Amino acid sequence: MTYNILIAGVGGQGTLLASKLMGVVFMNKGYDLKVSEVHGMSQRGGSVVTYVRFGDKVASTVIEKGEADMVLSFELLESARWLPYLKKDGVLISNTQKINPMPVIAGQAQYPEDIAEKLRATGVRLHTVDALSLAEKAGSAKSVNVVLLGVAAKYLGMEREAWENAIRSTVPPKTVEINLAAFNAGYTL
Amino acid sequence: MKELMLGNQAVARGLYESGVRVVSSYPGTPSTEITEYISKYPDVYSEWAPNEKVACEVAFGAALGGARSFCGMKHVGLNVAADPVYTASYIGVNAGMVIGVADDPGMHSSQNEQDSRHHAIASKVPMLEPCDSAECKEYAMLAYEISEKYDTPVMLRLSTRISHSRSPVETGERVAAPEKPYVKNVGKNVMMPAMAKARHVFVEQRTAQLREYAETSGINRIIKGGKIGIIAAGTTFNYAYEALGDKASYLKLGMVNPLPVELIKQFAAGVERLIVCEELDDIIETHCLKHGIKCEGKALFSFCGEYSQSIIRKAVLDEENEYRTFPEQFPARPPVLCPGCPHRGLFYALKGLDVYVSGDIGCYTLAAQKPLDSLDSCLCMGGSVSGLHGFNTARGAEQAKRSVAVIGDSTFIHSGITGIIDIAYNKGLSTVIVLDNSITGMTGHQNNPANGFTIHGDPTVAVDLEALARAVGFSSVRVTDPYDVETTRKVIAEELQKEEPSLVIARRPCALLKTAVRKKPLVIKENCVGCRSCLKVGCPAISVENKRAVIDKNQCIGCGICAFACRVGAIGEDE
Ligand code: SF4
Ligand code: SF4
Repeated sequence: MTYNILIAGVGGQGTLLASKLMGVVFMNKGYDLKVSEVHGMSQRGGSVVTYVRFGDKVASTVIEKGEADMVLSFELLESARWLPYLKKDGVLISNTQKINPMPVIAGQAQYPEDIAEKLRATGVRLHTVDALSLAEKAGSAKSVNVVLLGVAAKYLGMEREAWENAIRSTVPPKTVEINLAAFNAGYTL
Repeated sequence: MKELMLGNQAVARGLYESGVRVVSSYPGTPSTEITEYISKYPDVYSEWAPNEKVACEVAFGAALGGARSFCGMKHVGLNVAADPVYTASYIGVNAGMVIGVADDPGMHSSQNEQDSRHHAIASKVPMLEPCDSAECKEYAMLAYEISEKYDTPVMLRLSTRISHSRSPVETGERVAAPEKPYVKNVGKNVMMPAMAKARHVFVEQRTAQLREYAETSGINRIIKGGKIGIIAAGTTFNYAYEALGDKASYLKLGMVNPLPVELIKQFAAGVERLIVCEELDDIIETHCLKHGIKCEGKALFSFCGEYSQSIIRKAVLDEENEYRTFPEQFPARPPVLCPGCPHRGLFYALKGLDVYVSGDIGCYTLAAQKPLDSLDSCLCMGGSVSGLHGFNTARGAEQAKRSVAVIGDSTFIHSGITGIIDIAYNKGLSTVIVLDNSITGMTGHQNNPANGFTIHGDPTVAVDLEALARAVGFSSVRVTDPYDVETTRKVIAEELQKEEPSLVIARRPCALLKTAVRKKPLVIKENCVGCRSCLKVGCPAISVENKRAVIDKNQCIGCGICAFACRVGAIGEDE
């Protein structure tokens, strides 16, 4: 069996760190895995997505519509965009933060209202998190990514130490404490 | 030791373990990280070259000189390097030489989705294609053995999903490659008609030997399963395997040029239905048909975009996943110029001038989108400059007063210089603007010959753009700060009126660089009338809510470009 996690966000939100940390944990646990990232043009404030797949033997690098066991979304509109990628019984973890895309800023489109309610109405298992406030409380607005990782980790059922060790071995030494605090803020929610 | 590695990182590891000593590349998504990773190994000489042609020639020279060498590039970069590649194929190598080329099906960060296998076929160079990070390392190493055994450069074909996905890799030790002596050999190394005729015969014989290798070496292998037969390589093999599992049998190709014939026939004989899965062009399918092997291919699959397990499952088994959808339309989120990006100031300045803008490849291509909506054309690296000369020549002298070319510093070095020579030499009047942000931005911030730092970040000489332009015959050269929109607009307006070619350098470091000046975020004052004029600069940090502009203090770096756009002076520093 393969477990599929789709991480969605806006370029600059740090989705790559979240997927990298997942990769470290799953590999240390002895799973085969593939982590597929986005580099280049779409990183510049665009909609970005990373696929994390782990299991006994993982072939494909990508996750398609109806295949994700978990969608971890860093932004509300991105939750709507990537909803179709979730399995019918998968879980959608969504940050409640809103970031206006350029068509909205330029006045060509509206940011949809009440996204969370509309998502819930589709029957999806939805877990909303105000990760920005939690990150600010933990000490840095930039650690939204690790707060959300903490929430996801709770669903993935691996023990906390495995995640904490991955954080210690991966992030720059100066930011270890802040990242651990951010992780715990999400994990203990 | 087992490590989780990006495909590109695993290629770099393979080069390192193979004893490669010289690497020269030009950055290009998705190939860039190979060279970034290799630059971290102290035993390997690495450099950023001005363009892929130069990089390939450096690698060729190093291989001739006896060191295993590598050059890396994206698919379109191989077009630039094609000239040396096609003849290096005739000459062959002394120590091994590998050309890494990364295709971008789906165009995540490219201007076209050409299939680099065509270049391998046309230049008669063998091409390997790995399917995960472990194979990236393995094939990189194998490529050197093939290169030296068969006396040929070898191409290593990657794609976005291979280059930019992480999977486990077993690392080993570096083995020093034997130092090869250089022996003068005019018949082999100097390609002019008499010698090249003989070498062409050699190349054809070599291809026959390589085809034998493809048949028997085991790099192309059969995986037995169900009665559907799939031929695939690289990322497409992964998708097919994911989609069909043991419902199918597979001929997994590790070498995509030259292709085997007997092996395919043998595989075809054991299955009921033979399907070729290949992203982009129908190269394997055409090969099968040419050799009388019946198969399905592009009748089931598209020539455009990436494949996936779903696409293959649908095409082969007619099965589809169920999923939920969001009940209403929602806006797209295209990539945008960063908050504080100096390009924004330049394009906003141009907006007031109503000019034709001949565009080029880089972050600034993003200015083609609304609200900046600033480019009229964009062809290829350096194409803005020469393209403008052609446009103005077609439309007459007056047009030169209403048109500019925009090109980044790295792109200008890559292939804009020959364009300005063309303009000056042929008495053109065009105005060329170099967007000098002191870095190669789009590919993730690489140093380049114009910024004064090497790949390792060590100080070095920097190309003096002003002196260069004068030297080729541009007598009017001006420098302006794109954050100062008003002056920039004035300078360009003046240069457009001149009856001579002009070069304007809009100089300001990329907002993401450490050296960029970050000021306090600007604020919206009481007198904001909600007119939305400031939104025309297209900065992601500014928006209008409840009929008033708001600036996101987490994103704004205080560049002041939006303040220029506000007609009532409502944007300023927090007092
Ligand atoms: S341009 Fe000035 S007045 Fe108009 S919305 Fe923006 S800040 Fe307000
Ligand atoms: S000053 Fe204006 S244009 Fe510059 S970053 Fe801030 S909001 Fe964007």
